[in-house]
Amino acid sequence: MDEAIRRFVHDGDVIVIEGFTHLICFAAAHEIIRQRRRDLTLCRLTPDLVYDQLIGAGCARRLIFSWAGNPGAGPLYALRRAVEHGIPHSIELEEYSHFGMVARLTAGASRLPFYPLRNYMGSDLPRVNPLIKTVTCPFTGEELAAVPALNPDTAIIHAQRADENGNAQIWGLIGVQKEAAFASRNTILVAEEIVSESVIRSDPNRTLIPGLIVSAVVHEPFGCHPSFAQGFYDRDNDFYVRWREISQDEALFNRYLEDWVHGVRDRREYVERMGADLDRLKARAHYSEPVNYGY
Amino acid sequence: MAIDGPHFSPQELMVCQAARQLRDGEVVFVGIGLPNLACNLARRLHAPKLVLIYESGAVGADPERLPISIGDPSLVTNSLGVFSMFDVFSFYLQGGLIDVGFLQGVQIDRFGNLNTTVIGDYQRPAVRLPGSGGACEIAILANRVFVIAPQSKRSFPERVDFITSPGFIDGPERRRKLGLPGGGPVMVITNFGCYEFSDGEMVLTSLHPGCTVEQVKENTGWDVRISPQLTTTEIPTSEELRIIREDFDPSHLFI
Repeated sequence: MDEAIRRFVHDGDVIVIEGFTHLICFAAAHEIIRQRRRDLTLCRLTPDLVYDQLIGAGCARRLIFSWAGNPGAGPLYALRRAVEHGIPHSIELEEYSHFGMVARLTAGASRLPFYPLRNYMGSDLPRVNPLIKTVTCPFTGEELAAVPALNPDTAIIHAQRADENGNAQIWGLIGVQKEAAFASRNTILVAEEIVSESVIRSDPNRTLIPGLIVSAVVHEPFGCHPSFAQGFYDRDNDFYVRWREISQDEALFNRYLEDWVHGVRDRREYVERMGADLDRLKARAHYSEPVNYGY
Repeated sequence: MAIDGPHFSPQELMVCQAARQLRDGEVVFVGIGLPNLACNLARRLHAPKLVLIYESGAVGADPERLPISIGDPSLVTNSLGVFSMFDVFSFYLQGGLIDVGFLQGVQIDRFGNLNTTVIGDYQRPAVRLPGSGGACEIAILANRVFVIAPQSKRSFPERVDFITSPGFIDGPERRRKLGLPGGGPVMVITNFGCYEFSDGEMVLTSLHPGCTVEQVKENTGWDVRISPQLTTTEIPTSEELRIIREDFDPSHLFI
């Protein structure tokens, strides 16, 4: 992980770490904090705890997003400190709705300049974000909303399993990971399990990210905690609730970074230190019926 | 307040009232919290064929536990399908397949506009709120929108500080003139009563048992219209309360 971040995340880069609640790669974010990257533009539909940590650690200059809360547990206080009080420094916001962010990444992945959508009429969002514009359909004359393509420098995507070339399979919620990876110049693919190519080939419909767009492959078990990986471990809802108190208090926030980010060498050490606390999150078995790919 | 029947909280009444608005077979775009309870309650009682769609991508979800977040893994296990967010927003929502959208707001005004973005000025907010998420497009595209909102003078101003999700914007004709495909808000359920819309404006149509018109007026930032046919909201049944308390939310996360 340290090598992947060193090579593909630089000061000033535009970065997207995707995964809608599911498969959020906290391991990569912690490595970015450890390497003290600065002035990043962070893109994500839901900044979640992962960007709250990056913003509170001073890594971000700009945030491109659509819903900034702690899902099910309140606000993101480090983000609010940055926006309302400029602590540790102020941050620029560029704000859409979910559909707008999905459309931006879809345009980026398709190498189109913009994406049209039937949205934003009557909302104040276009008033505060001049990048939400309108376009007239050349066929019907209808006026539609348009958002520009988003093409980040690097996407960081976590998968349940991948082969060593980065052909990655994801099941459960798939969010906008495919769009984010295709839209970005580089993709760091992180996986719970590295499997042989034959395992990938045994179930090709499940491959979401092809190795041909992947720049680096990282094996990182429990790399998403406190987020979850379907079939591997549950969301650590207790931690999400606890984050409310941690992020609300600047001292507690910094203490968290000292203990769990700067205080560990890598994710393996983080997992070791969590110890038995992670066992309660391990997923029970719930297998699908196999399908026949024969002909 | 002296009411015959079981005791219940305002939240429980709001959930039951919301659940009763849903018809069997409808497709509902579900938000987390009270809307999620309402949709699952309706499915257990009068609307077993209700299709629950979550913006995280789960379609036909059948959650075994109450999801704390909108992307809970329990929404995936045993669902009918899991789709990308592009599919959910483009094909399901923009495609016109969503009968009902459920929204919550920090502020709501007389035209049913919702604010979840900022209190105060956008550039220098007094309070920075989470933002739209999928709410803006749900408000614009869903055929009918229900809103569950705790009511106070501050949360019910004459005009919201910021329109995140448009209702009727500024009057009865504006949605049509701007070409919003969805029908807009049809009901707002608060801790005091239920409102429906007439000429694009909220009208109090039922009061919860024990609540008064004076209370409603004290907690509304404009001269609120009261329906001449004002009724009393039906109270929750003991079966509804049992399902909410014992099956859905035994640890009182939402209720």
